Amino acid sequence: MPSTFTSFLATISLLFCLAIAPAKVQCQENPYIVTYDHYLEEPGNLEIEYFSTFGTQRPGNNFHAFWMEFEYGATAWWTAELYLDGQTTFGDSTIFTGVRWENRFRPLKYEHFINPVIYVEYEHKSAADKILKEVEGHDVESDYAPSNAILRKEHNNEIETKLILSSTYRGWNFSENILAAKDLSNAPWEFGYALGFSRPLALKASAKRCSLCPQNFIAGAEMYGGLGDRYSFGLHDTSHYLAPVLAWNLPSDWTLRISPGFGLNDDSHRFLLRFGISREVSGFGSLIGNFLKGNQ
Amino acid sequence: MRARLVIIASLLFIQLVSFASAQNAPDTSKKKDSIYAEIGKVPDKARTTQNPFRNDPEAIVAGGILFARHCAECHGRKAEGRKRGPSLLVSDVQRAEPGAIFWILTNGVVRRGMPVWSKLPEPQRWQLVSFLKSLRNPASLPVEESAP
Repeated sequence: MPSTFTSFLATISLLFCLAIAPAKVQCQENPYIVTYDHYLEEPGNLEIEYFSTFGTQRPGNNFHAFWMEFEYGATAWWTAELYLDGQTTFGDSTIFTGVRWENRFRPLKYEHFINPVIYVEYEHKSAADKILKEVEGHDVESDYAPSNAILRKEHNNEIETKLILSSTYRGWNFSENILAAKDLSNAPWEFGYALGFSRPLALKASAKRCSLCPQNFIAGAEMYGGLGDRYSFGLHDTSHYLAPVLAWNLPSDWTLRISPGFGLNDDSHRFLLRFGISREVSGFGSLIGNFLKGNQ
Repeated sequence: MRARLVIIASLLFIQLVSFASAQNAPDTSKKKDSIYAEIGKVPDKARTTQNPFRNDPEAIVAGGILFARHCAECHGRKAEGRKRGPSLLVSDVQRAEPGAIFWILTNGVVRRGMPVWSKLPEPQRWQLVSFLKSLRNPASLPVEESAP
């Protein structure tokens, strides 16, 4: 096992302990894995999330890709997020595949029928990254077929932008993401999309404390895929997925998500099974602020 | 390689600044008036909206559970106010129309650190309003904290 991956696991373990330790915090997370809605992290809170994707691969070996997210609410209109990605290709190896640093900004002061959020992300990842957090350009299943030894030699520095549009009406959330990404080397802009809708199973809260109350479950579906690049915009040689999604917001402040995804054409992985677990750490910003000021 | 390190170092620096900026979250003691002044900015149409759960004691109980889960962290367990969120027991809030409180919950006070809560379905926001309005009656104040 490479030493970088050992460090990755150590970091995950340490930060996961941090997540388990403190805080009574709010928790009402959407069920999406790929699509973003317009709700940002509460200011000063850190949400620690772990996600897994099991994917089928033709030709080649199936894989388990995983990532940690550290999502911090800098203000009520700005959320910053750090990702650490890795993957195991069965019969091959387990490797650390990259880092992402993401920011989301809410430009409007009040709620509207459609609420925009601006998303900007920097990615430093290898071609072996298989988390499929987004699908862009002409990303297709065969891109992931070579062995890790070959794929990890190629590194990309990429800027990814999204326009997130999201509406909430009578308990339903409808979100649309338009994606434009550019490798900082000499590569064209690539495009993609993600669409999602979801709704809690009950809109009214129960007057009893319960884990299995229907209002704690949010169900929906999302669809995402690539739209080609600047020189060949469109659906040809692109992959697309449709995935039901379900989130369970536990009163103990944990959120569990699960999403079986299905490839919609021959260029897509046939099946992606995703799940995630997350927890918020309350008052993380104050802790860091006090530490930086030296008055803890 | 050096350019990449510079980029990553810059990003980390910005991240640290963002951490520190969380300290700019509302200081209720200094900005008390301006925070409550947000209630005065609620549109007239929203003020007149009636709470569908008024006179429903179950809505107050459910609202109390929602408050403990989503709001108490900033506003205090008994809505008495904390560094991150103002007291909701003051007359500015207690005298406000239910529709005005509902509007503030829905839209947040984003520039002053209160997030948008439209992610809670409409009935749950009204249940929260029921609970907040019930705080005039001290009997409804205790809010259980422990999860099952």
